[in-house]
Amino acid sequence: MPSTVALTVTRYRPEEESEPTFQTYEVPFRKDWVILDALNHVKDNLDGSLSFRWSCRMGVCGSCGMKVNGTPKLTCATFLSDYLPGPIRVEPLDYFPVVRDLVVDLTDFMRKLKQVKPWIIRNEEKPLSEGEYLQTPDQVDTYKQFSMCINCMLCYSACPIYGLEPSFIGPAAIALAQRYNMDSRDQGAAERLKILSEHDGIWQCTFVGECTKVCPKHVDPAGAIQQYKLTAATHWVKALLLPGGTR
Amino acid sequence: MSTEPHYTLYHPRWYRRRVSVWWWLQNRSYTAFVLRELTSVFVAFFAVVYLWQLRALAQGPEAYAQFLARLKTPRFLALDTVAFLFVLFHAITWFNLTPKAMVVRLRGKRVPDWVIVGLNYAAWLVLSGGVAFVLLRDR
Repeated sequence: MPSTVALTVTRYRPEEESEPTFQTYEVPFRKDWVILDALNHVKDNLDGSLSFRWSCRMGVCGSCGMKVNGTPKLTCATFLSDYLPGPIRVEPLDYFPVVRDLVVDLTDFMRKLKQVKPWIIRNEEKPLSEGEYLQTPDQVDTYKQFSMCINCMLCYSACPIYGLEPSFIGPAAIALAQRYNMDSRDQGAAERLKILSEHDGIWQCTFVGECTKVCPKHVDPAGAIQQYKLTAATHWVKALLLPGGTR
Repeated sequence: MSTEPHYTLYHPRWYRRRVSVWWWLQNRSYTAFVLRELTSVFVAFFAVVYLWQLRALAQGPEAYAQFLARLKTPRFLALDTVAFLFVLFHAITWFNLTPKAMVVRLRGKRVPDWVIVGLNYAAWLVLSGGVAFVLLRDR
């Protein structure tokens, strides 16, 4: 087992350079270290100017998504030992503008997420005195998978369609829209359909399927999008055949 | 909330990477995806051959015999083989993807993926068997 491993990291300092470069650091190899530990070692001991985002270190916050040897990964859940003998290449997520080093700007996703109205929409709220909206375990089960999304953006970085058509709403936002569409308490499916079945919605997706493969929370955004295509197509046929058939 | 971030001095100086024309060679699943998209050309090819066959049939026995002879030329056989392989790839990859789009729930429980894929293959076998039976029964 080696005592050190080489970490090749993207550097981009907009005040000094016009394009990213790579810098290699030799970090101690420890069996229990993840890529994020190695990056923190660099930051604390070798080069304090290296910039990257992280917070929880346990796959919950979704801040530390980066490309490791070309594949989008949560660096807090990716062990050095899986990439021996190295060097290990750490890059910022694809298709997002790079702010500095490994930090990307997520404004585009935040805007799209808001567009799909990821909250429970009711035609009429029932009064507090009537109590909670109840759900059976089976009803929870229909959307639970899609609710596990932590907005880590690995799926966007894996999606060549998002790279080629930046206006595409994208995997996570559609999966989250579907999370609310399938919630038995929600009545906003028609409102979301307008956004999702437009040009930049589900029909941009050509089912590459990589979003599902890279998802660290097993959300299956590709599945959500294909299922929604079926829903939207059924809706379209109904609207065509039955006058006023979709209510 | 304003969506335009305000930065000072050096901003906005984001770096945006261009998507390479060769993005689909970057990893194997991208290549498989592009190949799967390409299979549509070969599916269309079989449809055109079929239409061509119908036209020959309508033009009488002589034209039909000529059509059949043309199908047997080595060049056409080679093209046919390649097209057939692509159509197989098309069928298999799409069958394997059906459970992603079709979620069937029976008594509140999700039907496992392999059952849905299996039903597709079973239907394929039954239909192919039916076609083979119709074609071969008089031989």
